[in-house]
Parts: sequence; structure tokens; C-alpha cells
Amino acid sequence: MNVHDYLYYIILPILSISSLLVFIRFFKGPSIVDRVVALDLLITIGIGIIAIYSILSNKPTFLDISLVLALIAFLGTVAFAYYLEKRNKND
Amino acid sequence: MIDILVYITSGLGALFVLLAAIGTLRMPDQYLRISVNTKAATLGVGLLLVAAALFFLETSVTTRVLAVIIFILITAPVGAHLIGRTSYFIGNKLWENSYIDDLKGKYNKTTHDLKGLDKMEKNDEEAKSKS
Repeated sequence: MNVHDYLYYIILPILSISSLLVFIRFFKGPSIVDRVVALDLLITIGIGIIAIYSILSNKPTFLDISLVLALIAFLGTVAFAYYLEKRNKND
Repeated sequence: MIDILVYITSGLGALFVLLAAIGTLRMPDQYLRISVNTKAATLGVGLLLVAAALFFLETSVTTRVLAVIIFILITAPVGAHLIGRTSYFIGNKLWENSYIDDLKGKYNKTTHDLKGLDKMEKNDEEAKSKS
């Protein structure tokens, strides 16, 4: 069992199971804050999947995309927080 | 030798990401969920990226991985703080078993001001001088 098999048959299934669990919270979440947090965690897991996939496909160029995804996750969280607070203020 | 390090770091990273996902599903409260999300997931994804850097062992890949890790380490606490603050303002209740609420009565929910310590001391002095 080399590194390729280990990553393909053990690590990637664990990551996909965890993203499924977060998806359950994303659909169930009682308040909108839960959904924002779940979305943030989903994008973070996506960064991990990209890192593993770049090892599997032997193309380190994919790691650039993970930087963009991290930026989008941060901006999304900050924007959601800002506008949710503002909406509450106007009520 | 490098392969063993890749096994260890990627396995630990996947384990921490799985723990973060289970915590997001099972924790009873928004604030506890935010706490799990910002700590365990950051550590897990950092370890997965370190596994990629160890596998390639090139300068270009290592610098990219370091940039991503530092960016995540800087932005995760900021985002968690902002979304937790918003959750408190919206009026989400704490879990019934968590009994410490340091912000109780200190946030003005209409003007969004945090009543600081100096202000509270002033109020105490005014109350004392009145009495």
C-alpha cells in the first residue's frame, strides 16, 4: 500500500464523510448563523480536499485555487456577519 | 522516510477535520459550533496542506502552502469573532447548561455599543455620589 492508495482509499473518504456531515448541519441549522458557519467549514474542507487531490494528480498548481477559496470563505463570513447585523438594526 | 511523514500528517489532518464535522453536527449551541469550527478545522486543514508540502518538497509548493496556512491562521479567528458577535446581537440564546455570560447587560442592542469597563466604573461613582 503506497501513498497513493492510502490517500485515495482512506483520506479522501474521511474528508467526503465529514463534508456530508457538515451538509446535514447546513440544511438543518435552526438559525442563519449556523448556516454561515457550516458554509465556512465546507469551504475549509474543500481546501483540504484540493491539497490531497494535488498530491494524487501530481499537479501542485491546484494549490493556487486553495488560496482563492480561503479568501472567498473569509470574505463571505465577514459580509454575512456585517449584513445580518445591519438587517437586525433596521427592524 | 518522507512517505511516513506524509502518512502521519495527512491522517491526523483528516481525523481533525472529521472531528470538526462531528462537532458541527452534534454541539448544542451556535457559540460552541463556532468554537469547534475555528479550532479543529484550522488545525486539520493546516496538517493536510503540510502533507502536500512534504510530498512535493519543492520551494515553490512550500511557499504556496505556507501562504495558505498563514492566511487561514490569520482570518479564522477574525471571522469567528465577527459571526459570534452577530449571533449575540441577533438574539440567539446560549445553551441552557452554559451559565457564564460575561456580556449580559453590557451590549446596547439598539446602538450596538459595548459598555466598557471605564463607563461602568463611572456609573458606579455616580451612583455612589448620589447616595
